[in-house]
Amino acid sequence: MTPLLQVRNIEKRYGVRIGCADVSFDLYPGEVLGIVGESGSGKSTLLNCLAGHLSPDRGEVIFDTRVDGPRDVRQMPEAERRLLSRTDWAFVHQNPRDGLRMRVSAGGNVGERLMAVGARHYGDIRQTAGDWLTKVEIDTARMDDRPSAFSGGMQQRLQIARNLVTGPRLIFMDEPTGGLDVSVQARLLDLLRGLVRRMGLSAIIVTHDLAVVRLLADRLMVMKSGHVVETGLTDQVLDDPQHAYTQLLVSSVLQV
Amino acid sequence: MSYNFAYLDEQTKRMIRRAILKGVAIPGYQVPFASREMPMPYGWGTGGVQVSAACLTPDDVFKVIDQGADDTTNAVSIRRFFEKTAGVAVTEKTTEATVIQTRHRIPETPLSADQILVYQVPIPEPLRFLEPRETETRKMHGLEEYGLMHVKLYEDIARHGEIATAYAYPVKVEDRYVMDPSPIPKFDNPKLESPALQLFGAGREQRIYALPPYTKVFSLDFEDYPFDPSKAAHPCALCGAEDSYLDEVIVDDAGGRMFVCSDTDYCASRRETGEAA
Repeated sequence: MTPLLQVRNIEKRYGVRIGCADVSFDLYPGEVLGIVGESGSGKSTLLNCLAGHLSPDRGEVIFDTRVDGPRDVRQMPEAERRLLSRTDWAFVHQNPRDGLRMRVSAGGNVGERLMAVGARHYGDIRQTAGDWLTKVEIDTARMDDRPSAFSGGMQQRLQIARNLVTGPRLIFMDEPTGGLDVSVQARLLDLLRGLVRRMGLSAIIVTHDLAVVRLLADRLMVMKSGHVVETGLTDQVLDDPQHAYTQLLVSSVLQV
Repeated sequence: MSYNFAYLDEQTKRMIRRAILKGVAIPGYQVPFASREMPMPYGWGTGGVQVSAACLTPDDVFKVIDQGADDTTNAVSIRRFFEKTAGVAVTEKTTEATVIQTRHRIPETPLSADQILVYQVPIPEPLRFLEPRETETRKMHGLEEYGLMHVKLYEDIARHGEIATAYAYPVKVEDRYVMDPSPIPKFDNPKLESPALQLFGAGREQRIYALPPYTKVFSLDFEDYPFDPSKAAHPCALCGAEDSYLDEVIVDDAGGRMFVCSDTDYCASRRETGEAA
């Protein structure tokens, strides 16, 4: 099977400081990869390099495109890369305000990606947007409200609907549950797990919350100071951590 | 003291003409130019005046309209400005003019191939209110990413039940650039496909763009909500015209109102020739 995403020796420096270095991995279709680590360990830098928000200094990001097969995303013309990032890719920001248009209604937010790829039938766009709002458990009566009138959890769910509406194959998530209270977090995780499994999505989830990766991720990468210190199946890494830092991380989780 | 012909110095006019030529070569593309300070405030047509100055020749006949009218402050002062600084003939007749500077209207009388229509543009960027970053909107134009424009129309329908944008209605030029036709009423949008050369000048924003004669101009819409160049459902109270864009005029404090042509020359010439029944 061809990996959906092949990452080779990604390196990003901020002057002399290392953002992330020597990161390589393969992501297969339908697989969910978690990236954990403390603040400043380079996990967000890595995610932004992969998603094309940052330009890495070195390395390759090879994506298995629908038409041409595996291609290095960094070598693509910008137009193609941007098309990719609003069709086959999705990016869920930690703060929904970064990923939503706050002055556009919920329906418009979900419909934007459809219109960006050429949908020009208002009724159809609205129908699809309504379906997706239902899927993320937002009442369709709130469709014409602006996201600013939504709670944090609803905003995050709206952001997910907006991203998934074009049926992407790869979704990048940067702390998708950050800033939400635990009961809302649990609902969101449940929803995400359902969507990811049902749609056969591949996902890369950056988080510092080990419970999130335990629930969602098949495989785990632990980062420290810009380097990957340990990789493996999620349960294996969490239950039998080998690297000293991973052991510290796992033992730091508060028990209720 | 005397002015150089049409106020601006020759180098400046050359610079503006280069921008105009580039605009004509790429219909709908906003060409940056080094807009000058003009002896009038921004928002009063500094862009249009500079484009007119660069186009005028001593043989031209010049006409200025402001929302269709020849006799409003803005129109009168710009007309006088060029009478004084260029000594060109001026007219109020659309058919006699060779250069027409306009604010927010296209004349009702169809234009011909030997005329130039110059628009005063306040904000040339159609995506401005959707995406405030200029770097990003330029990239969107460059990569032809215009989905966002439809988000605005979607919001209109979601909120008002129809496309409520009534002026500055976005158009797509030659299947490529999305363009703001300046705040003309959407009633005028079909007239953008014209035998005349149309030039757009935005002074404060330092942009010039153009529609060469017979350029394809498509008003954006949805399949199930097609573009509708609507107008008030009345005939003109003065000349009886049913095909012209109307202004609503309040005539007393008891709710009385009348609808009259916004194009004063069109209305007056219809009354002169006795077409008003």
